[in-house]
Amino acid sequence: MAEYPPKLRRLLKRIGAIADRQERIQLLIDLSKRYRRVSEEIARPPYGDEHKVPACESQAYVFPVPNGDGSLAFHFAVDNPQGISAMAMAAVLGDTLSGVPLEQVAAVPTEIVYELFGKELSMGKNMGLMGMVGMVTGYARERLAEKT
Amino acid sequence: MTAIDDRGYARPEVLVSTEWVADHLDDPAIRVIESNEDPLLYSSKHIPGAVEVDWTRDLNDQLRRDYLERDGFEKLMRRIGVTPDTTVVFYGDKNNWWATYAFWIFQLFGHARAKVMDGGRLKWEQEDRPMTTDLPRYGPTIYRAPERDDSTVRAFRDRVMAHLKAKGQLVDVRSPEEYSGERLHMPAYPNEGALRGGHIPGAANVPWARAVNPSDGTFKAAAELRAIYQKEQKLDPEREVIAYCRIGERSSHTWFVLTHLLGFPNVRNYDGSWTEWGNLVNVPIEK
Repeated sequence: MAEYPPKLRRLLKRIGAIADRQERIQLLIDLSKRYRRVSEEIARPPYGDEHKVPACESQAYVFPVPNGDGSLAFHFAVDNPQGISAMAMAAVLGDTLSGVPLEQVAAVPTEIVYELFGKELSMGKNMGLMGMVGMVTGYARERLAEKT
Repeated sequence: MTAIDDRGYARPEVLVSTEWVADHLDDPAIRVIESNEDPLLYSSKHIPGAVEVDWTRDLNDQLRRDYLERDGFEKLMRRIGVTPDTTVVFYGDKNNWWATYAFWIFQLFGHARAKVMDGGRLKWEQEDRPMTTDLPRYGPTIYRAPERDDSTVRAFRDRVMAHLKAKGQLVDVRSPEEYSGERLHMPAYPNEGALRGGHIPGAANVPWARAVNPSDGTFKAAAELRAIYQKEQKLDPEREVIAYCRIGERSSHTWFVLTHLLGFPNVRNYDGSWTEWGNLVNVPIEK
């Protein structure tokens, strides 16, 4: 876990220490309540397909915004009001990876989905949530490539 | 949407409206059951008095790829306070996709007093009906279940193979992209979680969600369903139909539609579906 950005590492450690499934679910629900839709100053619906997370049935979108220090801030939109897991994922990624050095963001594996949600997810749900991680790390890699 | 009784279904009694459920929240003979794909939804809020049946924890064997056996089903029924006389009413996210999956598995144990709430969670929420985070507690019940019966509504791969050779009717309820074998845009993931993409030769492609009205998740009327399955896809109700998807969840929705709403007498769900067929050695595949 040492390679993860500090905020993400702390969150994963915290959630990994929760043995009770219901307690873990409650923490994820609490995280989902921190989700905020991307502001209209950054993106207005209908959002472009280039921002749409592939394989995500909750219709999640990711919007990277460059920071002055070269890092990215990540904003999200989840169009399915029942997409609680996608909202939790959006809150986690936005909170723990925004402003983080791009090399660290790019190195975050999609498997953090398992560490957050456990392995009792449908493949569809898995792929959607992993798609959100993949899209964020992909934006970081693109940005790194542009710099070199 | 037209009242359920006016939609021309073969067995309208298997569907209940949100209003009906609201009127029976305190009925001890009714147990409302939420089954979702999203594991956070039930705990975030649910219909008052509803219990959760989770497809991974409650309905699947935790070791083998199979469903729970009789003992496990009896324990589940006792935990959620259901007796053989209790009418269970399923609802859930994704247009009742997982609700019909749970409904189908309950039929493997012969629990015939089962219904689905039309429109599922989406419609209930749209109507601003009450929801709660309170977890209900029901006293343990006595439930004696029969052995699981896989012979009537379930198909295993040998049966599917024989069905295929006999040019039987198959319905692939996945998306057109899955049906055609087009690779999904997920790096490092084989299409469908299977080594090969495509579909079982001869299968019709009717994505499961075509059976519902997307605005509120209710089922389409029988005439609309017949137009899709019988006129457009030429399915003959008098002949056996086997439905499949990726692991048998979406196809349980189509099984429900064909069996209960259109009254096809012989429909089976192949729950091995594409994650089995697409990984089998030397079976026919069409793209």
